[in-house]
Amino acid sequence: MAKSAAATPSGSGGSGGPGSPSPAQVAQQARARTPIEVTGAQSLVLSLEAMDVDTVFGIPGGAILPAYDPLLDSVKVRHILVRHEQGAGHAAEGYAAATGRVGVCMATSGPGATNLVTPLADAHMDSVPIVAITGQVNSAAIGTDAFQEADIRGITMPITKHNYLVTNADEIPRIIAEAFHIASTGRPGPVLVDISKDALQARTTFSWPPRIDLPGYRPVTRPHGKQIREAARLIAAAERPILYVGGGVIRAEASEELRRFVELSKIPVVTTLMARGALPDSHPLHLGMPGMHGSVSAVTGLQKSDLIIALGARFDDRVTGQLSTFAPFAKVIHADIDPAEIGKNRRADVPIVGDCKAVITDLTEAVDSDIDAGRGGDYSEWRERVAGWKESFPVGYTEPEEASLAPQYVIERLSAIVGPEAVYVAGVGQHQMWAAQFVQYERPNAWLNSGGLGTMGYAVPAAMGAQVGEPDRTVWAIDGDGCFQMTNQELATCVINNIPIKVAVINNSSLGMVRQWQTLFYNERYSNTDLHTSVGSRVPDFVKLADAYGCAGFRCERPEDVDDTIRAAMAVNDRPVIVDFVVHRDAMVWPMVAAGVSNDLIQVARDTAPQWDREESEALEQDLDADHDGVPSGSPRN
Amino acid sequence: MSKHTLSVLVENKPGVLARIAALFSRRGFNIDSLAVGETEYPDVSRMTVVVDVEDLPLEQVTKQLNKLVEVLKVVELEPTAAVQRQVMLIKVRADAATRSQVLEMVQMFRAKVVDVATESLTIEATGTTDKLRALLDVLEPYGVKELVQSGIVAIGRGPRSITDRSLRTA
Repeated sequence: MAKSAAATPSGSGGSGGPGSPSPAQVAQQARARTPIEVTGAQSLVLSLEAMDVDTVFGIPGGAILPAYDPLLDSVKVRHILVRHEQGAGHAAEGYAAATGRVGVCMATSGPGATNLVTPLADAHMDSVPIVAITGQVNSAAIGTDAFQEADIRGITMPITKHNYLVTNADEIPRIIAEAFHIASTGRPGPVLVDISKDALQARTTFSWPPRIDLPGYRPVTRPHGKQIREAARLIAAAERPILYVGGGVIRAEASEELRRFVELSKIPVVTTLMARGALPDSHPLHLGMPGMHGSVSAVTGLQKSDLIIALGARFDDRVTGQLSTFAPFAKVIHADIDPAEIGKNRRADVPIVGDCKAVITDLTEAVDSDIDAGRGGDYSEWRERVAGWKESFPVGYTEPEEASLAPQYVIERLSAIVGPEAVYVAGVGQHQMWAAQFVQYERPNAWLNSGGLGTMGYAVPAAMGAQVGEPDRTVWAIDGDGCFQMTNQELATCVINNIPIKVAVINNSSLGMVRQWQTLFYNERYSNTDLHTSVGSRVPDFVKLADAYGCAGFRCERPEDVDDTIRAAMAVNDRPVIVDFVVHRDAMVWPMVAAGVSNDLIQVARDTAPQWDREESEALEQDLDADHDGVPSGSPRN
Repeated sequence: MSKHTLSVLVENKPGVLARIAALFSRRGFNIDSLAVGETEYPDVSRMTVVVDVEDLPLEQVTKQLNKLVEVLKVVELEPTAAVQRQVMLIKVRADAATRSQVLEMVQMFRAKVVDVATESLTIEATGTTDKLRALLDVLEPYGVKELVQSGIVAIGRGPRSITDRSLRTA
């Protein structure tokens, strides 16, 4: 295998004493690119420093112990001791998603490593750049079922972008550099580096930068000019185009490019769950979120379009509904940095492999020159139509009958009072959908959630990571009472490390989304969804829990108290805040497209399809007749 | 379903085979045959994988293979533009009465006898899957005691080499 810069014995490091060089000395020498003598563990910490890592979330243990010793001396890397490795993984994700930099987590072998499995799978699904470093048992003991041994490389093969097992200390700098390179380039994702204890303890040399050796890794970032021209041709010829914007636009930091393209082309936009904030919600051409719980205008806009321009999106089943009836009249331009996403679910008429930033820039140029040449498309009629849907069917909710609190109202007020500069982090379930619908997002990286894997318990640790990465922003976790109980042990980490996150627990005393499905599809038979966190009993009492952790705790049960409670929470800046919003438990997420059915069957409330006006419904039926044999499956119904 | 032969060039590192085999099973593809060995570059291994899939899922599996960091190149070898070979070792019952007949078959198929015992012959045969199938059919009546076969290996016809280009351009 390729060797990095030859390790010439320079004599400068080997003074013979038992003490290793001080971190300052080491850093100075490292900068001078002279190989220095260190342990594998020191080499690891120096490599992390060289990669400009400022924070590592983790928990020590037997096999990773050698790495924690030099970590104590590092002035550049802050290690934050979490309470569960899953918290470390999600914190690294939150850090990465909020800042765009690679998040780092660390754990020991065996159970420490397996506790990272969920966040790694989560990061893999949502393309979050993180590097996980795990200790492994001594290389001689690998395969013997040694104490705390787990084949974490084998276990995480299908849920990481790449992973390594390191048993030779000399390889540490190169592999760390490769891990960060792979995690952060191309389609971002998690990389795991498993290092055996003897490699951490061994003597080695450190020099930087190492030579990266990845002959099989060549992500394509520049889109092909021919494809761009072909896309521009379809755009000019289209009558009802729509931009289907996915999380790739956020990861590519292409929001500004997107805004320019939208303003030039005047094509309506939908932003997926992973792309909320890619275009400001206040933009007049923004139709909201598509999918199972998307807005009527976004879902219908896609269904009726004749051209879908998909940017960094992957035609997920939660967006398309029944695939065979998704956007039946649309041609598809599909741009993604991952070639495997193109054509995976929906055939693309014009595939474009490339980084979204470059793709959008090139598309803007091509469309601009078409417009200059008088060949630009005219979508004014289509814009009027979608604007009509947007106006007629805003995402709303019905107030609960009793004087109880509507969860949607809580989130709406939170957004209004806290504002668009904050970071909002959700768990998974009803509260997540409401947070996607009712918070007004105006900038990218302001919305963090577990979209692909749907990991309950993501919010608190991810908010913690986001707060560490963005210390000057307010970070609100919008969590459910179920999710909150899965990972709230990280409140201890937040309190001790002065990470003042705020948590709004949308407490409906249930596993709310499951309960909603039981209401709709299982005859209101509520099997195992009652959590007893507010109805009948408070187990646990979240305000007392806040107190036990040294957080500020508030409870809000009436609509008239919501604003004051949020303001009181905003006034606390020296410690985390937990607000127990006790909400109406029968509130449901609407609109909804039931699983596996056509998006044409979107319902705005239970058993209620959108009431199209006469003109619109005729237009819709004509559309449908054009494709189906006189069976207007999407026709208005009540 | 139709059979496709993929040549996959990979970095010669531990764990690569597991990664590729896992990818096939995770995405729901069955491997018909698999052969792995070093190439003319010691740090590059070549896998020949035969899969039974339709064209569209094949495109997806090829793209997923290409995403693996240790995969250098994936090429589909068309049956008409490639030479495919498989090795088979067959232990067949053969005593004094039948031995000469068995040997005749061996000659006809240009196979080789690699081991002889009083009651049996062990035959080594190389060829396409079809040819080996035919040999096996004619030997079956004598009694096949044991059978082992390699995965298919395949190489493109003509002067070009798939290891020529784009292996070391990173």
